[in-house]
Amino acid sequence: MDATVIIQLFVSGLTVGLLYALVAIGLTLIWGVTDIINFAHGEFLVIAMYFGFFTYSLLGVSSILAMPVAVVFLGVLGWIVYRYVISRVLKSENILSQIVVTFGISVFLQSLFLFLFTGDYRSVDNDPWIKGDVQVGGIFSSTPEVITSILSLVVIFFINLFIKKTYTGKAIIATSLDRETAQLMGINTERMNSITFALGIACLGVGGVVLPITTHVSPYSGFLFAVLAFTIVALGGFGSVVGTILAGVIVGMIQTFGGFFVEPAYKYLCVFVLYLLVLMVRPKGIFGW
Amino acid sequence: MNVKKENLIRSSLLVISVFILIYPFLFKAAFYQHIMIMVFMYGLLAVSWDLMGGYANMFSFGHSAFFGIGAYTSTVMLIHWGINPWIGMIVGGCLSGIVGVLISYPTSKLRGHYFAIATLAFLFVTKILLENWRFVGAAQGLSVPMVKESSLLYFQFHGSKIPYYYIMLGLLVLGVVLTKWVIRSRIGYYLRALRESPEVAQSLGINTAKYRLIAIALSAFLAAISGTFYAQYVLYIDPPSAISLHISVQVVLISVFGGTGTINGPLLGTAILIPLINLIGAWLGGAGRGIAFMVFGAVIVVMCLIQPDGLIKYFEGWKLSNRRENEAA
Repeated sequence: MDATVIIQLFVSGLTVGLLYALVAIGLTLIWGVTDIINFAHGEFLVIAMYFGFFTYSLLGVSSILAMPVAVVFLGVLGWIVYRYVISRVLKSENILSQIVVTFGISVFLQSLFLFLFTGDYRSVDNDPWIKGDVQVGGIFSSTPEVITSILSLVVIFFINLFIKKTYTGKAIIATSLDRETAQLMGINTERMNSITFALGIACLGVGGVVLPITTHVSPYSGFLFAVLAFTIVALGGFGSVVGTILAGVIVGMIQTFGGFFVEPAYKYLCVFVLYLLVLMVRPKGIFGW
Repeated sequence: MNVKKENLIRSSLLVISVFILIYPFLFKAAFYQHIMIMVFMYGLLAVSWDLMGGYANMFSFGHSAFFGIGAYTSTVMLIHWGINPWIGMIVGGCLSGIVGVLISYPTSKLRGHYFAIATLAFLFVTKILLENWRFVGAAQGLSVPMVKESSLLYFQFHGSKIPYYYIMLGLLVLGVVLTKWVIRSRIGYYLRALRESPEVAQSLGINTAKYRLIAIALSAFLAAISGTFYAQYVLYIDPPSAISLHISVQVVLISVFGGTGTINGPLLGTAILIPLINLIGAWLGGAGRGIAFMVFGAVIVVMCLIQPDGLIKYFEGWKLSNRRENEAA
């Protein structure tokens, strides 16, 4: 076994893992603050992917240029969804309806994509800016993957900065720790909820627009990402940002190493089986409490 | 409840049961019969889901894995060993029950969202395994070997959907009766106690783990029965059709729409939503691809907003109706 192979696998695992962390980070923020698992997360990601794809195919420019529009669009959409759907469901005692409502949104959006864009698989096959490979000392990685990893790190950095340094960020943390006390301290928790929801979904716009370069977009592209993201969030311990990033990288590593050493077809199997095993020992995830 | 209302309920239930019994002779078009067969099939799935989700508070999104295990077991046994699908149905149900028990170990400490996500992972594990397992046809799937003549013994009928109609109706009635019986028994009371508060139930000496196991096993058994029926009805199965997140999610959404923890609610939900989806789909044809499920998704969201306890909540006073409706449906 060559050392470069191991390093190569490590790098691939890291890039995939950072991408997953980028998808999962919004999910974990939303969970931490609102106690809602957004099962429609994958479909919101697909919106960003369509933005990227159509910017390339209709305007003929790099799909990364769609980012600002996608981020704003998703942020507004997230805010609307929170304001008119989630906030109302949160008031009900019925926990099942809180789980199911985002599944309803997911089914709705998926069918909407099918109706608008048909079920075709599309991908950006010749992006003017993001193409080719990056090679450092015999280790390869494709440019789009490197770009998504960098974007993911940037998002993680800014989210951390936002949470730790700004008043709103601190208020969000306070709300997630103890809603009632936060309210007593004069924090408008309802507003924190909607900001978190909008922010968590807007994050998807950052990485989502460049995804059609490495993979493809169809109405169903979201759900594998989403299921992996749920697994990551559950592994990382719900609501923990650091846990989520670490779990994302761990899942990326397991996927690439498992795919290489076990069997490529079983790469996701390795992830899910590991997750089910971890649950036996730590029901609240590796980093959960 | 006054006598007048009771009589009204009785007579309307009688009308409904007679209608269901003679339906295939009123609607001779294969499509309309197919819709009702789907109603019965999803009805059984929804009832089995309700036993776990509604009574034991285990929100499973992996129910189509049990469905798929049923479909695969009977088909594999028939292809490789020539074993009759009826026996395959029972074996599939038992196998599915065992898998359910096995999966309940890693998930025994999980609640709510955590459990839901674990069942999603379970669903994907099952699907990936079947996609790569040559013996069961891998990604190509399996075709059920055809017999020349229609025969009840071989569970295969050509040229008419009517036998399938009555078989699925019979299976649904059996499933509902069995579930109702369990719910009314001591086990049902334990499960409800467990749902309201696992801690209190445990402190009263109820072996919570044991009753969760029973609920999962029975639920998985019933879902697998539905799966075997599907395989015999469509005569072809592959991993995406037999084990899809789509079916799982539909079953959950339908049950919640109707009202969980009632058995009647999920039945009511299926009776409304399955025909709705099929009719919209058929009405709009290829041009309206996706619209049926857009409506479905929207209906669910609206229901969660206006009545989180489901449609059945509006029929709360109809105590008598609850019992009779099941025997009819």
